[in-house]
Amino acid sequence: MSTTPVVKISNYNVDFWVDGAWYPAVIDMNFQIEPGKTLAIVGESGSGKSSSAMGLMGLLAPNARTSGRVEVKGVDMLSASKQKVQSFRGKEVAYIFQEPMTALNPVYTIGFQIIETLRLHLSLSPKAAKIRAIELLAMVGIPNPDVSIDKYPHQLSGGQKQRAMIAVALACDPALLIADEPTTALDVTVQAEILDLMRDLRHKLNSAILLITHDMGVVADMADDILVMKDGLTVEYDTADNIFNRPKHPYTQELLAAVPKLGSVPMRKLSVPAKTEPVLSLKDVVVEYPKRGRIPAFVAADQITFDIFPGEILGLVGESGSGKTTVGRAAIGLIPVKSGSISVVGKEIGNAKGKDLNSIRRHTGIVFQDPASSLNPRLPIGESIGEPIFLAGIAKGDELNVMVEELLDKVELPRSYRNRYPHELSGGQRQRVGIARALALNPDILIADEPTSALDVSIQARFLDLLQDLQGKLNFACLFISHDIAVVEILSHRIAVMQHGKLVEIGPRDQILNNPTQLYTKNLLAAVPVPNPAEQKKRREARAKLLAAAGK
Amino acid sequence: MARMKSRKSMNTGSTNGVESVQVEGLSQSKIIRTKFFRHRVAVTALVILIFVILLSFTSSGIHLGTDTNPIHIQGWWPLYITDIDPDGALASICNGGISGCPTMDLLPSFIDGSPMQLGAHPIGSDDIGVDWWALVTRGAEQSLTVMVIVGVLGITIGTTIGAVAGFFGGIVDAVLMRLTDIFLVTPTLILGAIIGQKFGNLGVVPLAVMLGFFAWMGLARFVRTEFLTLREREFVDAARVAGSSNRRIIFKHILPNAIGIIIVSGTLLLSGAILIETALSFLGFGVKAPDVSLGLLISQNQASFLVAPWLFWWPGAFIIVIALCINFIGDGLRDAFDPRQLRTIPKVKKSGRARKSLV
Repeated sequence: MSTTPVVKISNYNVDFWVDGAWYPAVIDMNFQIEPGKTLAIVGESGSGKSSSAMGLMGLLAPNARTSGRVEVKGVDMLSASKQKVQSFRGKEVAYIFQEPMTALNPVYTIGFQIIETLRLHLSLSPKAAKIRAIELLAMVGIPNPDVSIDKYPHQLSGGQKQRAMIAVALACDPALLIADEPTTALDVTVQAEILDLMRDLRHKLNSAILLITHDMGVVADMADDILVMKDGLTVEYDTADNIFNRPKHPYTQELLAAVPKLGSVPMRKLSVPAKTEPVLSLKDVVVEYPKRGRIPAFVAADQITFDIFPGEILGLVGESGSGKTTVGRAAIGLIPVKSGSISVVGKEIGNAKGKDLNSIRRHTGIVFQDPASSLNPRLPIGESIGEPIFLAGIAKGDELNVMVEELLDKVELPRSYRNRYPHELSGGQRQRVGIARALALNPDILIADEPTSALDVSIQARFLDLLQDLQGKLNFACLFISHDIAVVEILSHRIAVMQHGKLVEIGPRDQILNNPTQLYTKNLLAAVPVPNPAEQKKRREARAKLLAAAGK
Repeated sequence: MARMKSRKSMNTGSTNGVESVQVEGLSQSKIIRTKFFRHRVAVTALVILIFVILLSFTSSGIHLGTDTNPIHIQGWWPLYITDIDPDGALASICNGGISGCPTMDLLPSFIDGSPMQLGAHPIGSDDIGVDWWALVTRGAEQSLTVMVIVGVLGITIGTTIGAVAGFFGGIVDAVLMRLTDIFLVTPTLILGAIIGQKFGNLGVVPLAVMLGFFAWMGLARFVRTEFLTLREREFVDAARVAGSSNRRIIFKHILPNAIGIIIVSGTLLLSGAILIETALSFLGFGVKAPDVSLGLLISQNQASFLVAPWLFWWPGAFIIVIALCINFIGDGLRDAFDPRQLRTIPKVKKSGRARKSLV
């Protein structure tokens, strides 16, 4: 194994020209990666991690300027000609994008897209290219590669799409593979599979990998070296072992502390003595998306039964498509139920209409997944927060003003923010606005639909603190929907697990986490990466055993 | 964790300390109004447009009703389009024999030898001696009437139908869109000709109303498409959970987000209204002689551009001023509705400071 680094970056700077000023995105960056090694760049959104990688490929927006040296196989990419850089792209440096759904062209088959890359860089006949493409698909573990090669991206599942993306990236045996948040859009079990695949390929192909991610668990699973970034500056650059076990910089320590760790938090006490009357009660709820044209009807939630009692937080976990969001939306009457009953504080909401529905909804609140989409971009946030109060006819004018201010105080936002538009707030602040709106009517039950999935870890940690504080003060019950089991662990008293629209398992938190009875729950728990390299290695082996035992 | 908590409390503490004073809560409409009135170009355009409207309506007066039963209120300008003054036209000859030249002379006598004066026909008269200012102001009055009526009807109907179709979808959408198709395939010009023939003597208002009823289809299509995407956004669900009715969701939540497309196609619709009115008048179905409109004046006098340019310049200037004003007002409205506008300016300074503090 040669030790000459594949990539060597020194004094690398990226600036963006925004509104008449140079705004730095990457400041004085230095690193190198040897073949077969993985360097992870870690940082929160906006810290410049993607800009640094895009700069390596010469793919920055035209308003960017770069300086320093970026050597890939001894060639300086910054001073090389455009043709030279282009010949490197795809051949020596390959890129795996964050969203396989958008990075693959939907009008071409995956085979076409692999063959295109192959024939651009290597002089191969169409036949030879096709044979190579099938080999590649087999290598990344796509079933029936000779059939799958003619499939279009929409015919593949999310994990298969990411595998196809990797096949495209690996087409020319690149010396450097840049993976930009390769698993962020995927479920934990699929994420574990993709990480296994990448680790496997690294040994086979001996490429260097530059991994960009915000997920410390993924980093612990993959990285040899870690570079921590904040606001464009390199905060710390060291081996994975040192970063995880002996972090020097306070920011690194902070970042590690903010990552929720599975099995490290004691269960929160129920703030209200258990009562017999549930706040939210679902009985044999079936939600069906009706048939549209040739697409048959789809049962998104099947025979769901559970209760939530006052002051209790029920965590609902499951992979994407498992129907957890559907259950949450049905619980506040956004989706009609086909059969069964949903009652909120004893009143049936499942098929209520008009005024009845509105009066029941006053007992509920919902925090949506994406704060950027759930706040009206043309409405100042004060009005968004005050709207439920205004429409319920509780207050208006000055009285409403005071209530809005109290709500802003509750979620720890400055009062002057009320006249701002959503885009003027950061992601975490927007989600606080989402909570303030959900709590405007003092609901008995709060439904939180993946409220932290769009947030960075440190902001997520603060958000969870805030939610716990508020829950302690206001004693609402909560249905907390999330795909992140570590987050659910922090908050919930009980956990329910869903798969393919069915409730797999429900029980007290510690029982589900420590002694799950269902295989699916076990798989789900085993797939969660832990931000600790040594422990993660053990977990990985345990998971392999579990899968082998299940005969998968 | 402890470190982060302390930072959090420090942060919020300091910001709260500075800003815990009561801040007046501004509603969406209040913010939009202030932003619009801060938009200098738009406000100037609005003032000019109002001035043009007042000028043309007051100088030619109000002239309504049928031939047999007319209502005439004479404006401040002494001449009207029915007053013919062939001697006055012949008295002012220029450009080698063209009659009806402008009598206005703004240069004092020590420069060009003739004294400063307005004369009987300051901006000239046409070949039979009808005062050109009377014709132009009357034309502007007619064209503005057409524009306002077509604009109000077209935008209201188009927005409503597009919004309802896009929001409710399904059968409502199908029915409304087929209705739109029927209107789209109806030839406006022929319909206008029939209506012009029948009600032509009632003046320009019935014609404008008819044009308005056939001008909304493009806008309805645009608004529908916009609504189809916007109704899937989560803030619509959030509004519904807050207890909003369908009407409130459509008008308060979604419509402001679709305002850009409405303004763009609305301004196009207004300029289109002038054109189609001109076309109809040219064919003899819209505004009938001796009555005039701006478009008609221009199309009748295209040929005299070289020899008698005033016949072309003045109605042209009115059309350009009106169209520009409407466009600028549209721009101002769009910017006022767009939350990303106007607040970008201080960010430049901030980013400069950010760089200094970082490097």
